[in-house]
Amino acid sequence: MLEIRNLHVAIEDGSKKILNGLNLTIRDGEVAAIMGPNGSGKSTLSYVIAGKDDYEVLDGEILLDGKNLLEMEPDARAAAGVFLAFQYPLEIPGVATMTFLKAALNAQRKGRGEDELTTPDFMKRVKAGAEKLGIPQDMLKRGLNVGFSGGEKKRMEILQMALLEPSIGILDETDSGLDIDALKIVSEGVNALRSAKRSFLVITHYQRLLNYIVPDTVHVMSKGQIVRTGGKELAFELEANGYADYVTNAAA
Amino acid sequence: MVAVKETVEQVKQLDVDQYKYGFTTDLEVDKAPKGLNEDIVRFISAKKGEPQWMLDWRLDAFRRWKTMDEPQWARVHYPKIDFNDSYYYAAPKKNAAPKTLDDVDPAILDTYKKLGIPLREQEILAGVQTSKVAVDAVFDSVSVVTTFKEELKKAGVIFCSISEAIKDHPDLVKKYLGSVVPVTDNYYATLNCAVFTDGSFVYIPEGTRCPMELSTYFRINEKNTGQFERTLIIAEKGSYVSYLEGCTAPQRDENQLHAAVVELVALDDAEIKYSTVQNWYPGDADGKGGIYNFVTKRGDCRGANSKISWTQVETGSAITWKYPSCILRGDNSRGEFYSIAVSNGYQQVDSGTKMIHLGKNTTSRIISKGISAGKSQNTYRGQVSAHRKATNARNFTNCDSLLIGETCGAHTVPYLESKNASAVFEHEATTSKISEDQLFYCRQRGLSAEEATALIVNGFVKDVLQQLPMEFAVEAQKLISISLEGSVG
Repeated sequence: MLEIRNLHVAIEDGSKKILNGLNLTIRDGEVAAIMGPNGSGKSTLSYVIAGKDDYEVLDGEILLDGKNLLEMEPDARAAAGVFLAFQYPLEIPGVATMTFLKAALNAQRKGRGEDELTTPDFMKRVKAGAEKLGIPQDMLKRGLNVGFSGGEKKRMEILQMALLEPSIGILDETDSGLDIDALKIVSEGVNALRSAKRSFLVITHYQRLLNYIVPDTVHVMSKGQIVRTGGKELAFELEANGYADYVTNAAA
Repeated sequence: MVAVKETVEQVKQLDVDQYKYGFTTDLEVDKAPKGLNEDIVRFISAKKGEPQWMLDWRLDAFRRWKTMDEPQWARVHYPKIDFNDSYYYAAPKKNAAPKTLDDVDPAILDTYKKLGIPLREQEILAGVQTSKVAVDAVFDSVSVVTTFKEELKKAGVIFCSISEAIKDHPDLVKKYLGSVVPVTDNYYATLNCAVFTDGSFVYIPEGTRCPMELSTYFRINEKNTGQFERTLIIAEKGSYVSYLEGCTAPQRDENQLHAAVVELVALDDAEIKYSTVQNWYPGDADGKGGIYNFVTKRGDCRGANSKISWTQVETGSAITWKYPSCILRGDNSRGEFYSIAVSNGYQQVDSGTKMIHLGKNTTSRIISKGISAGKSQNTYRGQVSAHRKATNARNFTNCDSLLIGETCGAHTVPYLESKNASAVFEHEATTSKISEDQLFYCRQRGLSAEEATALIVNGFVKDVLQQLPMEFAVEAQKLISISLEGSVG
């Protein structure tokens, strides 16, 4: 369970406040969608959960299964079960995708006090995962994300999530830059990972993604707060009416 | 940004403890009096029991050296060196003339053991290494032992210290010494000619493929002592040899001078592969101490279809001034230079290569990877030239720099000169930074900051690591990670 209480966050140099007392709880197995206009702080929220350096947490707490994430380094948070699928996955030239996956998986296992996976076991898992997502084997030998198309990068994020088996998967605008076929493949990949123990936080501008990854709850974010919470039907309402109401209301 | 501030803080704390080879071995030593003059040159020559012609050669070099000036063109800064403030000869006393390994001072054997260099042949054979490596161990000014000599002799290969070669193979030494790097080549090379103390000599006879890797391990132990090594490798027609060189030194507050000369000669159809892992003491967190590494390395592709390949991993030294070069004299000859230069703390690196195309259809390839962290400065300096007669000369140069943090510098200084219209030179260069975003991405996947940096750096240097012999590549990879420890927040 992820619990965020009264979270206040500013950009590191203190010039701008982005999150203003945000509260959000995501239960085990729940898929929560966060929607909201540009600049409402959605991506910031995902970065702060994962522990990116560029922000200053002024107040509040983030608990994952009762553990205080704010006291942990980004790699410790990952080992604790936080996975962030990046909106713009980074390129690591010269590091074969396979090498990276193995390093990440074993680092997390080490972080949890588990043994490293044997190479045959690891290969089996990667191959099975890659096949489901339509990732060709030769792509795994190329430098991570180097020269990958937008869709390939997003699929690679989902493959990583499948291998790392997080307790919460955060998808930061995973639908951006995807055509409809890629969107379906990625969504199926995510749906296959849904389980009673695993939660998801799906950040998106558009309702379209939520046709494929059907959420249990939808939260509207504006000016750094959750301003409304509802079921999946809320997404349709937003699609029809836009965010105009929330932008003006929250300003008041 | 906080991360950058942290980086700077971390680099400030850069601890000398990271240098794992900084210990000293206590030994009784036989030293020359301090200072540099003709008497010292005579002293060294006498200690080595050299013939008159060698002494004359040294004295001639010394007289010329006195008329020369230190080069100023490199992008390195250091206080003026007082050449009279050093010792030019230091040898472990007990080790006057060891006949076998059992005669070598156990303290020295122990030193090499600590450094991970096996000197006992049975240990090497029993070890995990898949291939045999013959080692010449040079301790301060003398070669203490050379392994597998007998086995190599059966193949006709001569592998011994240069001091022995001067006595036992004078004709070969006379013929080739100074034939690639002339006595007056440059300030440090000329000084080396006058005061060189030891180094390795390799001779591969015609048509012979050297049956094992050859390697020399240089260790500076004595305080205030310069090491002036001299290496000469001759590959006769159709022969092949792969040679490795490693170096370390204790941690000391004062700077120590290491001025080596390496000469390679490849005759028709011969190939020499020369690999270096240089890990001299780089100085402490405030830039105090460390080795001044002023080295002249040059290979002469003297014969047609010959090939010389330099691969270097440079992580040590306070100052590195080094340009392993190839003279492509023979038609269809080929020169290669693969380099990884890592600098951290206050290290200064000015390194690169020269590819001098003289013969027809000569080709050369340069792959240089510079990694700078801390407050270090890392310069690639390379010269590629085609002579009037070098029809169809080809060069490809790729030189990439990677910056870690905000307080280091990377510089690229290529010199290209073609006097033949048919020559084709290609030059590619990039400079990149390990971004905070890349690091965060890796850490989000569970890698620690150190692991993430090592992974990104290893990706960056992959092309060059692949050129090293297997056992060395693994070592080099570890070494690079150690050298960069503490460079990220």
